[in-house]
Amino acid sequence: MPAIPLDEPGAYVAGAYVIFVVLLVAYVAVMARHITRTREDLRRLADSVREDR
Amino acid sequence: MSKEGTRLPLLGAVTAAALGTAFALVFFYAPIDADQGFIQKIFYLHVPLGIVTLGGFVAGGVMGAQFLRTGDRRWDLRSYVAIHLSLILAIGVLATGSVWARASWGHWWVWSEPMLVSFLVVFLLYCCYQPLRFAIQDPDLQARAAAVFAVMAGAFVPLNFVAVRLAQPVTHPRVLSATGGEMPRAMRLTFVIAMVAMALLYVLLWRLELMRKTTAIEIRALRRVLDERPTPAGPSIAAAEPLHRHASYSA
Repeated sequence: MPAIPLDEPGAYVAGAYVIFVVLLVAYVAVMARHITRTREDLRRLADSVREDR
Repeated sequence: MSKEGTRLPLLGAVTAAALGTAFALVFFYAPIDADQGFIQKIFYLHVPLGIVTLGGFVAGGVMGAQFLRTGDRRWDLRSYVAIHLSLILAIGVLATGSVWARASWGHWWVWSEPMLVSFLVVFLLYCCYQPLRFAIQDPDLQARAAAVFAVMAGAFVPLNFVAVRLAQPVTHPRVLSATGGEMPRAMRLTFVIAMVAMALLYVLLWRLELMRKTTAIEIRALRRVLDERPTPAGPSIAAAEPLHRHASYSA
């Protein structure tokens, strides 16, 4: 027997949990994009410091 | 490696394990509810998410109060991140609640139900936080106004919660009430673990976001120091500390 029955209540329960996972993944993806940008800023800053020295 | 650098992966691993355990208990251990049937499984996701979200709003208010008390901008940033994260999770609360309402009541939304409408009011209230914050250019004024908003709105959340619980009539289940909705042991255990997992997830995301924003602010402050530095002999980069005091959070 599947953990989520393949009837109407099962579809609603699956839907709710999928919403949560999608929200979480979207949030982490946005954060990953911001971290990439921050790393890029840090790299540019390091380049500036090296040029100054 | 810094303390933060070693603690965060550990926190991430514990959170993943807690979430995995919670979901496994939901689907393989917790019994099917005699009244609601299988759709009650949404409860283990929706309720902890809702409690953590509202707790995050209140925490944002407490951190805002700390900022107003101490003037330390780190508290302002913490408050901002807590509210920002709670606002995103609130979308999940509304969506999962809506799915449950459709399955249980046959409607996606019931305007006569105080619990639903009050949560929507709290959500819309906090939707005003960022526009208010970023409408103010001056960083000090921005932080103070945002902190006052966080404190006022944070105080509204528990008041609102109590008012709703006293409201009649109610359709929304009161599963955590003292007088009704007693859960069997297996359900209670599953709920408690789901609650702990959701709280850990909130703390993990809050700390990650806080670390990212703090790093971005420090980089911007260092960039300003570099740009303003009279060459070749000027203030060193180290002289820019503490960086968070000079930073604006508008980016």
